[in-house]
Amino acid sequence: MNWMRLELPARPENAALVRVAVGALASQLDFTLADIEEIRVAVSEAFSNAVLHAYPLGTPGSDGTAGGRGGEETGTVTVEGRLLGEVLEVSVADRGAGIADLDKARQPGYSTRPDRMGLGFVFMESFMDEVSVRTAPGSGTRVVMRKRAGGVRETGSSTGVAGAAGGR
Amino acid sequence: MDLKSEKSGKALVVRVEGELDLSTAAEFRVQVDADLDRLGARDLVLDFTRVTFVDSSGLGAILGRYKRVTEGGGRVALCGVSDHVRRLLEISGVMRVLLTFPSVPEALRALGPMQTAVGGERS
Repeated sequence: MNWMRLELPARPENAALVRVAVGALASQLDFTLADIEEIRVAVSEAFSNAVLHAYPLGTPGSDGTAGGRGGEETGTVTVEGRLLGEVLEVSVADRGAGIADLDKARQPGYSTRPDRMGLGFVFMESFMDEVSVRTAPGSGTRVVMRKRAGGVRETGSSTGVAGAAGGR
Repeated sequence: MDLKSEKSGKALVVRVEGELDLSTAAEFRVQVDADLDRLGARDLVLDFTRVTFVDSSGLGAILGRYKRVTEGGGRVALCGVSDHVRRLLEISGVMRVLLTFPSVPEALRALGPMQTAVGGERS
């Protein structure tokens, strides 16, 4: 079984690094290029959520790493990828704020931040076969996503959040 | 990400190159808004032919520009989007509000009639 593990600070510029790594691991299975694009988006959303929500400005992670964004120190995100037969499993974990209301957080168009569109989980769920979230306020969030290579293409339905809040 | 802006009629044409994600969305927002002001453009044409990645942060930045431009009576056209980006637009519902065109010249032609019909019949 091939696998990878990346530990990196929750900084916006690291989303690209995580996409490259997970995309390259995924390409070892029989995914189409379109599949790999979808995986890259799903992983980007999970990592971006950790940057935006897990370690808001000034709050340290429960692993002792300092909080803050921009050029400052921030908490750590652990990204793991595993090839389980024809299935790619990706885990994105942080030790940050956790999600207070997970059901709400997973609703299309919902965000705790008025400047966001609330599409992160929408894309994760649209593009991966399975998305599970474990979270506890104050100790962190772990998103585990799976996608089978050579699988049947699902067509995503429109959630119509464009008219709602968000977008700067 | 790299942005190149030029004015064509009343439209600002922005050629976007690279990835539009959390780390580049803010730069996109700031620079496109500044160019809209500086060049006094009403409409916005975004050329995405060389865009290699978009996620929800990128979509948020596009939709933010859409709100700004339409509030000023302008229109927004998105050109040269890949199948992948098109799918994101469809899933998010953004496709229903944005005009998309295969290329910049086609977008400018479509926006053209309204540019000359100042005070025209637009409801």
